[in-house]
Amino acid sequence: MTGTGIGAPVRRKEDQRFITGAGRYTDDLSRPGQAHAYFLRSPHAHAKILSIDTAAARAMPGVVAILTGDDLAADKIGGLICGWMIHSKDGSPMKAGPHPALAQGKVRYVGDHVAVVIADTYAQARDAAEAIEVAYEVLPAVVDARAAQKAGAPQVHDVADDNTVFRWHLGDKASTDAAFARAAHVTKIDLVNNRLVPNPMEPRAAVGEYDPGNESYTLFTTSQNPHVARLVLSAFIGVAPEHKLRVIAPDVGGGFGSKIFIYAEETVCVWAARKVGRPVRWTSDRTEAFLSDAHGRDHATHAELAMDENGKIIGLRAQTIANLGAYLSTFSSSVPTYLYAPLLSGSYDIPAIYAEVDGVYTNTAPVDAYRGAGRPEATFVVERLVEVAARELGMDPAKFRKRNYVKRFPHQTPVIMTYDAGDYGASMDKALELADYKGFSRRKRESARRGKLRGIGFSSYIEACGIAPSQAVGSLGAGVGLWESAEVRVNPTGSIEVLTGSHSHGQGHETTFAQLVCDRLGVPIENVIIVHGDTDKVQFGMGTYGSRSGAVGMSAIAKAIDKVIVKGKKVAAHVLEAAEADIEFKDGKFTVAGTDRGVGFADVALQAYIAHKFSGQDLEPGLKEGAFYDPTNFTFPAGVHICELEIDPDTGVTTIERWTAVDDFGVIINPMIVEGQVHGGIAQGVGQALHEGAIYDESGQLVTASFMDYRMPRAADLPSFQVGMTVTPCPSNPLGIKGCGEAGAIAAPAAVMNAITDALGHEDIAMPATPQAVWRAAQKNAAMRVAAE
Amino acid sequence: MAIVNMTVNGRAVTADIDPRMLLVQFVRENLRLTGTHVGCDTSQCGSCVLHVDGQAVKACTVLAIQADGSSVTTIEGLSAAGGELHPMQAAFREHHGLQCGYCTPGMIMAAIDIVNRKGHALDETTIRDELEGNLCRCTGYHNIVKAVAAGAEAMGREPIRQAAE
Amino acid sequence: MYAFTYHKPSSVRQAAAMLAKNEDAKLLAGGHTLLPTMKQRLASPSALIDLGAMPELKGIERKGRSVVIGAMTRHGEVAESAVVREAIPGLAELAELIGDPHVRHRGTIGGSVANNDPSADYPAALLALDATVITNKRKIAADEFFQGLFVTALEEGEIVTKVSFPVAQKAAYAKFRNPASRYALAGVFVAKRGSDVRVAVTGASENGVFRWTAAEEALKARFTAKSLEGMAPSPDGMIGDIHADSAYRAHLVGVMARRAVQAATSR
Repeated sequence: MTGTGIGAPVRRKEDQRFITGAGRYTDDLSRPGQAHAYFLRSPHAHAKILSIDTAAARAMPGVVAILTGDDLAADKIGGLICGWMIHSKDGSPMKAGPHPALAQGKVRYVGDHVAVVIADTYAQARDAAEAIEVAYEVLPAVVDARAAQKAGAPQVHDVADDNTVFRWHLGDKASTDAAFARAAHVTKIDLVNNRLVPNPMEPRAAVGEYDPGNESYTLFTTSQNPHVARLVLSAFIGVAPEHKLRVIAPDVGGGFGSKIFIYAEETVCVWAARKVGRPVRWTSDRTEAFLSDAHGRDHATHAELAMDENGKIIGLRAQTIANLGAYLSTFSSSVPTYLYAPLLSGSYDIPAIYAEVDGVYTNTAPVDAYRGAGRPEATFVVERLVEVAARELGMDPAKFRKRNYVKRFPHQTPVIMTYDAGDYGASMDKALELADYKGFSRRKRESARRGKLRGIGFSSYIEACGIAPSQAVGSLGAGVGLWESAEVRVNPTGSIEVLTGSHSHGQGHETTFAQLVCDRLGVPIENVIIVHGDTDKVQFGMGTYGSRSGAVGMSAIAKAIDKVIVKGKKVAAHVLEAAEADIEFKDGKFTVAGTDRGVGFADVALQAYIAHKFSGQDLEPGLKEGAFYDPTNFTFPAGVHICELEIDPDTGVTTIERWTAVDDFGVIINPMIVEGQVHGGIAQGVGQALHEGAIYDESGQLVTASFMDYRMPRAADLPSFQVGMTVTPCPSNPLGIKGCGEAGAIAAPAAVMNAITDALGHEDIAMPATPQAVWRAAQKNAAMRVAAE
Repeated sequence: MAIVNMTVNGRAVTADIDPRMLLVQFVRENLRLTGTHVGCDTSQCGSCVLHVDGQAVKACTVLAIQADGSSVTTIEGLSAAGGELHPMQAAFREHHGLQCGYCTPGMIMAAIDIVNRKGHALDETTIRDELEGNLCRCTGYHNIVKAVAAGAEAMGREPIRQAAE
Repeated sequence: MYAFTYHKPSSVRQAAAMLAKNEDAKLLAGGHTLLPTMKQRLASPSALIDLGAMPELKGIERKGRSVVIGAMTRHGEVAESAVVREAIPGLAELAELIGDPHVRHRGTIGGSVANNDPSADYPAALLALDATVITNKRKIAADEFFQGLFVTALEEGEIVTKVSFPVAQKAAYAKFRNPASRYALAGVFVAKRGSDVRVAVTGASENGVFRWTAAEEALKARFTAKSLEGMAPSPDGMIGDIHADSAYRAHLVGVMARRAVQAATSR
C-alpha cells in the first residue's frame, strides 16, 4: 500500500469543486436560447382522457409549444420499456402494457404525464399548463397490490386482466414442502416491506438539444447510466439514432437507483428540442419527484421457516406480492424476482427453498430498484424469520444464526447462487464484541429503571452484487449484458486519463479509480483523471447500480492497465535494448531483470508516442488500451449489523442508542469512502424501518408528496455508527472486491425491527415503526403484561 | 419589475427583477452562482442555505427583493477562487462529510452559522440538533457531524478569517 | 408563484394605508408561511406589503411586569434574548423549538400570531401566558384573539405591532413535533401566575389552539406533573392524520402537559 494506493483513505479528488460550489449539476447548466418545459400531470389515479384543449394555453405569453401523446404518436416515438423479461410459472411472458412518454387515451397514476408546455420561462410554462383543459372520465382506482388481484378490481392495463404482470416462482416446491412436512418446528410470519421514495437531494433534470447542421442530439440528464439511456432512447423509443445522440450525465446529486431508469421527461426533452428548434430544459420540483420518480420496495410477504429438532434450518418458503405500480419501469420486473428470491437463503445453509412472486399493476407510481433492490426485501424476510425462530425456540439469536451459517465455500444454494467466499461467523464474533453484547442485559435493566424499553436486534445479511455475468443474467431474462468497459489513455507526458462506463454520483470514483491506477502504474494520483458520464467520451458502459462499480468497473480498468503494462514492456524493451521477456515493471519503473538498468513510466509513455526507438511497423506507436470485463460470478458481500435502541413507551419515540456494523466487502480500495457508503446505507435502512413510507389514499392520491408529510431521516435521528470490517477476498474478480454501496440499506431494516420487537416483547408491528405505531404496539405490550399478571 | 441592490460575496450588484424572483433564483440564474442548490419546495431540505447579513437563511423562502440592501454570502464567497479553503470547507473534505455534494454548500453554510451562534466547542448532540434544517441522503450524517465539529474547532484557531466571514 | 406588486413601507401607518387601498394585498412578515404557500400557487395576493423596514416593529423589552416583543422580532432573537430568558425562559425555549435555525432567522412572532396556524407554537404561549396582542388599532387579549383555524380577531387593515407577555412564576413548553414537517403535533404551554394556572394546547385540535381547562383545574389544586397523571383531553375534535390519529394525539397532549409541568417546576 502506498500513500495513495489501494487501501489508503485518500481524501476525495472531487471534493474541491463540491465544497466550493463549483460542482456542475444538470440544472446548473444554462444553454443559449433555452426554453423551459413544464409537465401537466394527471390529478387522477385512473381516468380516460376524453379530450385535451390547448387553444387557450397556446395563446398565453411566452408559450413556444404544447405537445401531447398524439404528437408523440404522430412522430412514431415509441413507449418506455422494461428491459428484463420475466416468465410466469406457466411459461407465459410477463404482461407489459404500453407506457407512452405522454399519456395516450388514459392516465394510470397521479402524476402521469398528460402534456408538456414549452415556454420562454418556467413561470410562463406553468401558467399556460393551468390553462389547458383536459376532459377526464374518472375511473375507479386501485392502489394496493393484493386488492388489485381480486375479482372486480379496476383494470390498469388491458393486457393484464387481473392486474397480474407475472406469477413467477423459484426453487423446488416438492422438496421444500417435504422439508416442512418433517420439520420439528415451523416459524410463520407476515411482512410488509413499505413503499419508499428514493429522494436523492438533487431532483431529476434534463436538457435536450438539437443541432440541425449535424442532425445530432444532446441530452444532459441526471442519470446513473448515460449509455443505457442512449441505447434505450435510440433503439427502443426511437427518439434519435444512437450515433447521433450524445448523453451527458454531469455531476449527479445522488441516485440510489432512481436515476437508473429512462423516464418520460428526458425522452420528451430530446424529442421536443428538435420540434421547437431550441434547447428544452426541465427540472423536477420535489413534489413532482415524489409523484413521478420510480418508488422502491412495496412487497407483502408470507414466509415460513422449517427447523429440525436441533434448531437446524431445513426449509424456507415465501409468497410475495410485489406492487409494480402503473407501468413497468426500466428494470422493475427483475427487482422482486431475480434480485430478490435468489437471496432468500441469506447467510444460511438451507437445503430447500421455494418462493412465489406475483408482480401486480396498481394505480400508483412505477416501482423499481431503490438502494439494494430486491435484496433488502429478501434480507428483511430471512432475518425477521430467523430472529423470530430463535425466539420461538428459546435460543440466543446470535447462536442460532451461527449454527445455521454457511461454513464451506463455494456453497451452492437451492436458489441459483453459488456463494464464493465468506466467513460469516467471523463477522458475527467481531460484531458481538464491538456491540458489547454481553453488556446488553445490564443496559436493558438500566433503561427499565428509567421507564424505557430497550431492545437489541441482529441482521446477518448477504447480498449479490456486481450484477453480472452477462451470460447468467441473459439466461434469466435481462435485455442487456452486465459487463463494464474501460479505456486507459496514457499521454506522452505520462499523465493518464481513464475512461470508465461506471458513473459516479456520490461514490467517489474519481478518487478510488485513480487509486487503482496509482497502485498499478506507480504514477502520482494528481496525474490521473477519471472520465465518466459522457457517451461521446466513453464508448460504452453499463453505469452504476447494484454495488457494481468496484467489482466490475474497476476490474475493467485493471484489465486495461494490464494491457498498458504489456505494451509498455514492449516499448521499454526497445528503449533499454533488451528482450521483452526480460522487462519487469514495478513501482512505476520498467527494468531489465537482474540489472539496474531501467526507464520510468513517463519516459516509456513519451517514447511510445515519439516512436523514435522502434519501428512503427513492428510495434504500433501510442499507449492506450481498452478492456471489457465480464465477471465470472456475482459477488457476495455479507456482514452483521446490530441495532440497539430504546423506546419511550409514553410517546412511542424510538431512539437508536448504538449501531454496530461489521461488513465483509472483500478487498477495500479506500476505507474512508467505504465506511461512508455504509453510514449512508444504514441511514436509509433506518429511514425505512422507523420513518419513511409512501402512502396513497384509496382514491390514489399520494398523501406523502412532500417533505412536509414524507418523513426523511435527520441528523438527530441517528447515532454515530461503529463500523468494522472483516475481509475474505472475492475470488471472482481480479481485485478481490465485493462491493459496498447497498449493504447498509440491506442490513438495517431487519436489525431495527428485530430490536423493536425485542424491546416490545412481541412481533405485532410493521415498518415504518413510527412513534404512533410503536406507542400503539407498546400499549398492546402493556396490556399483555397485565394479562400475564 | 423592481430594482434590487445588494452585496453578494463582497461585490455590489444591481438588477431589475420580477418581484416574485426568489433569492435562490437570483443568485443561481442572474448571478450564475450555482453552488446554492434547490432540493425541495417546502423550506425543509436546506440545500439553498446561504447567509444574509451574516445569518443562515433558506434562500428558497426569501424574495430577492427582500434582500435589498443586504450583504449576501454564498458558498462561492467563502474562499477566493484557487485560494485557501475556509476551515469548514476543508473540514468537510478532510472528514468525508460529503458524497454526491448536492446538500454540501447548504450544509457548510449552516455549519458556519452554527459556529457563529454556538461557538467553537460543539458536542455531537448540539451539532445534530442544529442540523435540523438540512437534509442529506448520502452520508447518514456521521461524517458531517465529525466535519462540523472539526471545522468549528479550526475556525476558532483562525480568528482573522472568522472575522472576515 | 403568481405575479404581484411589491411594496416596502417605512411605517405601520403607511402599511395600513396600502392595505386599505388594496384588498387583495397581503402583509409579508418573515414570509415562511406565506411564500411557500404562494410558491405552491395556493395563495395569489395581488400585492405584498413587506413589514421588514420598520424599526418600530422590532425589539424586545421588559416593561414592568411584562415582556413586550415587537411583531417583526425573529424567532431566533426571542430564543436568544437575555430579557426573555430571564423573565420567561419557557417562552425562549418555545421559540427555539420553532422550525430550524434558518427558519428562526426569518420567521417572526407577529407573522405566527396573525396567521394562527393550528400547528404553530406561539399561539400556545400567548394563550397560556394571558398575553395581549397589540395592533395599530387596539389591544386584544389572547383569549379573544385566537378564534379557530387561521381565524383571529384581526379586522381588515389591522396590523399586529407587538405582543405583551405578563411574566409568570412558572412556565414551560413541551412539544411533540410532527415527524415530517416538524410543526407541533401536540404542543402544550403551561403557566402559573399567582393562583392562576393556564394550559394551552396547539397542534392537536381541529379548532386550533385551545385551553385545556380540566388540566388547569387539576394544576390549580397542586402544580405538579402528578396532578395530571392519567389525564388526556377527549380525542373528539382532535386532528387525525397519517402521523397521529386523534386518540394518539390526545394521549400526547397529556404526556406533553406533564412534561411541561415537570420542566416548569424543575427550575
